[in-house]
Amino acid sequence: MSLRRPAKSQPENFEFNSSSLEAAKSIVAKYPKGKQQSAVMALLYIAQKQNDNWIPLAAMKYIAKFLDMPYIKVYEVATFYSMYNLSPVGKYFVQVCTTTPCMIRGANKLVEACKEKISEDESVLSNDKSCSWMEVECLGACVNAPMMQINDDYFEDLDKEKTLKILDKILNGDKPTPGSYRGRINNEPENNRKTLMDLKNA
Amino acid sequence: MLKDQDRIFQNLYNDLGPDLNSSQKRGDWVNTKEITDKGRDWIINEIKESQLRGRGGAGFPTGLKWSFAPKEVGSRPHYLVINGDESEPGTCKDRDILRFEPHKLIEGCLIASYAIQAHTCYIYIRGEYFVDGQKLQAAIDEAYEKKLLGKNAAGTGWDLDIYIHYGAGAYICGEETALLESIEGKKGQPRLKPPFPALIGLYGCPTIINNVETIAVVPTILRRGGKWFASLGREKNTGTKIFCISGNVNNPCNVEEEMNIPLKELIEVHAGGVVGGWDNLQAVIPGGSSMPLIPKEKCETLTMDFDSLTAEKSGLGTAGVVVINKDQDIIKCMARIARFYKHESCGQCTPCREGSGWMWRMLERMAKGEASKDEIEMLGDVTKQIEGHTICAFGEGSSWPVQGLLRHFKEEIKRRNKFDPIVKENKNIPYLVDQHLLDKNA
Repeated sequence: MSLRRPAKSQPENFEFNSSSLEAAKSIVAKYPKGKQQSAVMALLYIAQKQNDNWIPLAAMKYIAKFLDMPYIKVYEVATFYSMYNLSPVGKYFVQVCTTTPCMIRGANKLVEACKEKISEDESVLSNDKSCSWMEVECLGACVNAPMMQINDDYFEDLDKEKTLKILDKILNGDKPTPGSYRGRINNEPENNRKTLMDLKNA
Repeated sequence: MLKDQDRIFQNLYNDLGPDLNSSQKRGDWVNTKEITDKGRDWIINEIKESQLRGRGGAGFPTGLKWSFAPKEVGSRPHYLVINGDESEPGTCKDRDILRFEPHKLIEGCLIASYAIQAHTCYIYIRGEYFVDGQKLQAAIDEAYEKKLLGKNAAGTGWDLDIYIHYGAGAYICGEETALLESIEGKKGQPRLKPPFPALIGLYGCPTIINNVETIAVVPTILRRGGKWFASLGREKNTGTKIFCISGNVNNPCNVEEEMNIPLKELIEVHAGGVVGGWDNLQAVIPGGSSMPLIPKEKCETLTMDFDSLTAEKSGLGTAGVVVINKDQDIIKCMARIARFYKHESCGQCTPCREGSGWMWRMLERMAKGEASKDEIEMLGDVTKQIEGHTICAFGEGSSWPVQGLLRHFKEEIKRRNKFDPIVKENKNIPYLVDQHLLDKNA
C-alpha cells in the first residue's frame, strides 16, 4: 500500500461549475437507479479536472452530498486510488514509469531528467509552481519503454535527451506532441515487421 | 509463423483505421444477426468447442464461464463486465484493441451479452488509458448512431447499452471481484468467493466478467467456426494470442501469434533478438510480472502456452514477455517487481499487506549484498506464508516471482550475501546486550 495524505492547506468551499455539473449528471445516468454511488470515481475525476489537477477535501464533501452517500465512503475511495491527487501537483503532472520493463530500458535516466528540470524530489512543485513529477508503477506501455505520462498523454520510446526537450517545452508553456519519440508506428517492431505486410504496403 | 489470414486482429498496427467503415471492411458487424439467430446454446457450444481460454491471466475456459450464468433471468438483471484494467507489468495488448480494434470488442460485447442475457455491459478501463478510452467511446457513439447498439442492436432484437467505467490507478482492480467493488463505487478490495460473480456479482446480480481480448476474439471465432480456432495451437491451448515482447530486445513489439509458438521464435524473429545476442540472455519472464522467471537454458526449447509453461512451474498469464539480458542485475529487477506489489497490495489481508513490503525490503538488501545468509531461507519462507493465505490471487502473484528468483538464482544471491550478523567474539559495545550468551563457561 502507499501512504496518501490530504494537503495541509485546503480551500474552504468547492462546487461544480456548470459544465462539470452537466458531465456529472450524465455520468450518474449510466448506472441503475439507487446505485448512484457507482459514479463517485468519475465525479472525483471531474472535480480533479476542475480544480487544477487535485482534489480538496471540500470537493469530497460536496460529492458525498451530490451522490447522497457518507463522506467517509468518498474519502476512502479518494485515498485508495493513486490517480486522485490529494495535494497540488501543478498544471503539468509528469509520471515516470519505473517498473521493471521500463527500468531495464533506462527509466532512471528519465528520473534524472525530471530531477534536473523540475525539482530535486518527487511530488515537489517546480519553482514556477506549474509542474511536478513522480515515479509511478507500470503504466501499461511496456513495449514502448521507457515512457512517461504528462496529464492524460503518453510519451513513449524516450531517452534522457528527449525527456529534457519535452520538459523544456512544458516548462515554457508549449504542448509537446504525445506518442513515440523514436518515430515508430504504434506497437509494431521497428524496421523488423514480419506480419500483415500486405496491409502495411497497401 | 501464423498465416496472415489467420490473424484475428488485422488492424493491430493501425494500418487500416479503427473507424466503423474500415472495421466493416475487415468483416466486423457483417452478419451479427445471423450469429445471434443461431441461438444462445449454439454460441456457447461453439465457444466451448473452440476451447477458448480467458486471455486475462488465469486461462479459465470462456464457454464454461458463460454457461454458469443462470438460464432464466429472474428478478435480478444480468450484467456483462469487460475487464480492461490491464496493469500487469509487461502487458500492453488490451490498449491496442481499445484504440485500434474497438469494433471487434463492441461486437463481441453484443454477442456475449446476448449469450448470457445481459442488457447492460460495463467496460472497465484503467484510468491511465484515458485517451484510449476516449477512442473506444467514439467507437461506441458511432455504433449507437448506426443502430448497432441500443434498442434492437444491429437488428438482432436484443437491447444492449455499453458504458465505460474508468479505474484510477489500482492494479488490484484487475481482480474480478475487486473490479466489481470498484464499479459499485467502493475501494477495490476483492470479495471472498464463493459466491461467484456468475450468480452474485455486480449489485448482487449475476455477472460474467471477461478480459478485453477474450471478448474481442469471440465474433471471429463464431464466424469462422470453433473448429478453425481449435485447429490453431494445440489441444486445450488453442487459437491465437497477442504477445507483448518488452525489455532487452532489439525491437520490442506486440504481435499476434499462434499459441504454443516457441519462445525463441518470438524473440528472435518478431522482436529482433536479444540485445547483445542470444548468448547475452539471462532470463525471461514469460507472462507478466506475476509469473516466475525462466532462466536462459530453458528458453531454448520452451513453447508458449498455458500448459507447457505450467509444467515449467511458471505460467502464460497475460503473455507479457519481459526479456532480461546479462547487463541487468536480476536481483534488482525482482526487487523492483516486489516494490510494485508492495505498492499495489490493497491492504485487506495481513499476509499480503505486510509480506509484500517485507519481501521488497529483503530483496533490496540482497541486491546490495547487505542481507545475511539466513535471510535467503527466510525469504522463501515468507513467500510460502503469503501464497494461499489471501482472499485473492494477488498473494500468489506477489510471491511467485520471488520464488522463481530463489529457484533459479539462489547461487547468485548466496554469492553476493555473505554477511553474518552473529557476533562470535566478545566485544565491548554497550548495546550488544546478548554477549553473555557467548560465555563458554556458562
